[in-house]
Amino acid sequence: MVGAACAFYAARSGLSVVVVDRGPVAGGTTGAGEGNLLVSDKEPGPELDLALLSTRLWRELAEEFPERIEYEPKGGLVVATTGHGLDALRTFATTQREAGVTCQDIEGADALHDLEPHLAPGLPGGVHYPQDAQVQPALAAAHLLRASGAELRLGEEVTAVLRGPDGAVRGVRTPRGDLLAPAVVNAAGTWGGQIAALAGTELPVLPRRGFVLVTEPLPRVVRRKVYAADYVADVASGSAALQTSAVVEGTAAGPVLIGASRERVGFDRSLSVEVLRRLARQAGELFPVLKGVRVMRTYHGFRPYLPDHLPAIGADARVPGLFQACGHEGAGVGLAPATGLFVANALTGGTAGPSGGLPVGAPTLAEAFRPERFGVGAGVV
Amino acid sequence: MSRNPRDTSRTPLDLAHATPDPAFEITLDGRPLPALPGQSVAAALWAAGILSWRTTRRDGRPRGAFCGIGSCYDCLATVNSRPNQRACLVPARPGDAVTTQEGTGRADLAV
Repeated sequence: MVGAACAFYAARSGLSVVVVDRGPVAGGTTGAGEGNLLVSDKEPGPELDLALLSTRLWRELAEEFPERIEYEPKGGLVVATTGHGLDALRTFATTQREAGVTCQDIEGADALHDLEPHLAPGLPGGVHYPQDAQVQPALAAAHLLRASGAELRLGEEVTAVLRGPDGAVRGVRTPRGDLLAPAVVNAAGTWGGQIAALAGTELPVLPRRGFVLVTEPLPRVVRRKVYAADYVADVASGSAALQTSAVVEGTAAGPVLIGASRERVGFDRSLSVEVLRRLARQAGELFPVLKGVRVMRTYHGFRPYLPDHLPAIGADARVPGLFQACGHEGAGVGLAPATGLFVANALTGGTAGPSGGLPVGAPTLAEAFRPERFGVGAGVV
Repeated sequence: MSRNPRDTSRTPLDLAHATPDPAFEITLDGRPLPALPGQSVAAALWAAGILSWRTTRRDGRPRGAFCGIGSCYDCLATVNSRPNQRACLVPARPGDAVTTQEGTGRADLAV
């Protein structure tokens, strides 16, 4: 998704773009996601600012590709399960509000039920985030790529990053030959560290595995993205141990998607029954109606995770001509348009974007995403 | 060995030399139908000349058994108030109430 957005905004800035992917469109992390465009789970800081910009850009894209990407501005509802949890959630929401997030406190079980009639009874309250939205990620990536007009080279793996005598990037090598280009954007997601290594530098992207359960098709039983307040803590945690918290949402196609688990187990693709059991149980606790619904299938993937939970975006100062756009963890689909815009700006010297440039504050924001901030590979040219 | 293709005695029961126990009754949308022990719900419906017992979610198109071996999920029916049962796999039992499934079969849950 991030790569598709980079291609889209770069092409729109007048650049000639070739997309090289060793797999099919959305064959990696994008296709294993839920397509969430969230501001609700982000604490104030650079990632939230990026998410707020992306939220606006997704709305513009949705007007450009109506219905085809299944864009649903349905809002999010974060639910506390204890009074103490509700206090913490309210405090968190207050800081988000100051940072520009629209959200409203929901008081008591009755008010929750007005929003989500199938929620379990007796919950103390929550916070409603109308800016949260969703797309179908594979469709969104495909339509952005198509609209970009970029040349697609699918099923073609980058085996080397070509560099000139001065160390600057001058293209990539694939089994089909050399592809010369003055700029290479690394949007390889969870595998971004490998591309960085091919370019002679380092990016410590790590995989964080997550499972999703897919129910049989239902009428709309869950109106918004609904999740338990502990999810926010799980997202922010750096722990390698398994964490699960109920995240439940309907889809335009009918099935309800149930997440979310996080664990650092490398690229282990084996199915974990224990994770599936926990996800199902927690979803049933939040929405008892789901206990009588069948799970049709599950899928899982690997979130690209950087040590400080922020993506790497922009020109990599260590390798001239190399641009990074990876490490968005579980927020890549949501953050893709803003990332694409930042990268297009970096590629063109600041003229990209629907209104001719980035918003005020963008330079500070870009600073937080500097690819070389981890202090590894510095001086490697 | 040649057979007359119009020979109506070539029923599935004859072909399998089956001698099932006596038939019992199930219903489709309240209409009584005979079923044999060991028959799937889909087989009983087919034997009664019924080919469709579900409508699709979006366009309301008729659906019945397609693959007949549990793979395609086309033959979904509501059996004893449980939607999304694969009629080709569910054995018919005396008194089963099969109802035509409209869409997801769970319209009652919609909010």
